[in-house]
Amino acid sequence: MTSIGVAILGRLPAIPVAGLGVGLGMGLLLAGSGALAASEPLKPFTVVEGYTVPDPLTETPGNPEHGRKWVINRKLGNCLSCHEMPIPEEQFHGQTGPALYGVADVYDEGELRLRLVDPKALNPYSMMPSFYKVDGLHRVRRGFEGKPILTAQQVEDVIAYLMTLRDTSKRQ
Amino acid sequence: MNTTRKALGLLAASAGLTAGVAMASDDGTRIHWGPYMVDDKRSGYTYAGAQTRAMQDDDFQNPAFLWLERGADIWETAAGETGQACVDCHGDADEGMAGVGARYPVYFEDWGKMMNVEQRINWCRETQMQAEPFAWESEDLLGITAFVKNQSKGMPVNVSIDGPAQPFWEQGKAFYEQRRGQLDLACTHCHVDHEGTLIRAETLSQGQSNGFPTYRLKWQTLGSLHRRFRGCNRNIRAEPYPYGADEYVNLELYVAWRGNGLPVESPSVRK
Repeated sequence: MTSIGVAILGRLPAIPVAGLGVGLGMGLLLAGSGALAASEPLKPFTVVEGYTVPDPLTETPGNPEHGRKWVINRKLGNCLSCHEMPIPEEQFHGQTGPALYGVADVYDEGELRLRLVDPKALNPYSMMPSFYKVDGLHRVRRGFEGKPILTAQQVEDVIAYLMTLRDTSKRQ
Repeated sequence: MNTTRKALGLLAASAGLTAGVAMASDDGTRIHWGPYMVDDKRSGYTYAGAQTRAMQDDDFQNPAFLWLERGADIWETAAGETGQACVDCHGDADEGMAGVGARYPVYFEDWGKMMNVEQRINWCRETQMQAEPFAWESEDLLGITAFVKNQSKGMPVNVSIDGPAQPFWEQGKAFYEQRRGQLDLACTHCHVDHEGTLIRAETLSQGQSNGFPTYRLKWQTLGSLHRRFRGCNRNIRAEPYPYGADEYVNLELYVAWRGNGLPVESPSVRK
């Protein structure tokens, strides 16, 4: 029904938070220009009904074992910095975001995919980074320009891992 | 002034903040933070571990006091073409500098913009003493900055955002609320919206600036507020600004204003 444009339009309410009117112009200007030449362009994705991205970003299905590594890795997903998960070998899970025990009982793959690629399409005030997005960002550090936090395959891997979290009892 | 007297002077200057704080209440469940908590404003002290707080509270354990001694020496050492020292114009620091650390940054007429303590010191050196400015994060600039701010220890932070400072406060506020970097975070997300929650093992603080320059255990040295800004920006994969950049001085004004009323703790100890 709708296209990538939704994700970008979804950011408009964030502008008062950004505090700079130019954010609007920049966002529109950058929309569609894709990643910088040096980086591989992002794979397009389609937001449906404003709440889900049902189609995977890659043909290769996500690998939950890989995904478990990416959510721990501080240079990749680093999901543990904010979310508790059934990963007992890692101490000190963050508590800034909601715990993810049983998250697969709450959301399906498509809903998780939108929450990973661009959570601010759902909540413009969210603290959560958009893990597969390069447009409309401000002063990205040298070396990270035009690069998403996770690759398309890593996004799928993380979704596959999250879909294994079906027990809210923390015993997984 | 000999070293012993200088050391005693430093101890006296900081005595006000070290007595009777961080005491557990009778039921052991809450800590009364004393002057380190003013209404809902909480110094970084209140997020620090007991050992770190103890290190700050004991002037003989606080490693930053090595820099204070350096600063005290600089205060009295003649430099530059004019052959003058800070003391020649400003007199005893504990009188002339009391309150300075609490009210900076200030609007500086000649520049038409804000000026922080480090910049004021270097302005004095270049313009008044005709001496070389100290480099940012040099032991000398950290030392003299810590020494000057320490003369306000225990006094409430009280920066003015009225009059000519107002537009710069606006710019600092805009910076504070602007998402930036690959992680797309504004200062507000961590230090306002989620203050007190855990990022892995770290508790997000309010990001108050009343203890800077701070001896940061992670750094194993004293460091400026701008160094902390740069580190924060890098952590969220945002391009940092240079030391002393207008953006950071305006941000410094905004952050200090957020903490108006908290006691100057410089030099504090933090994780």
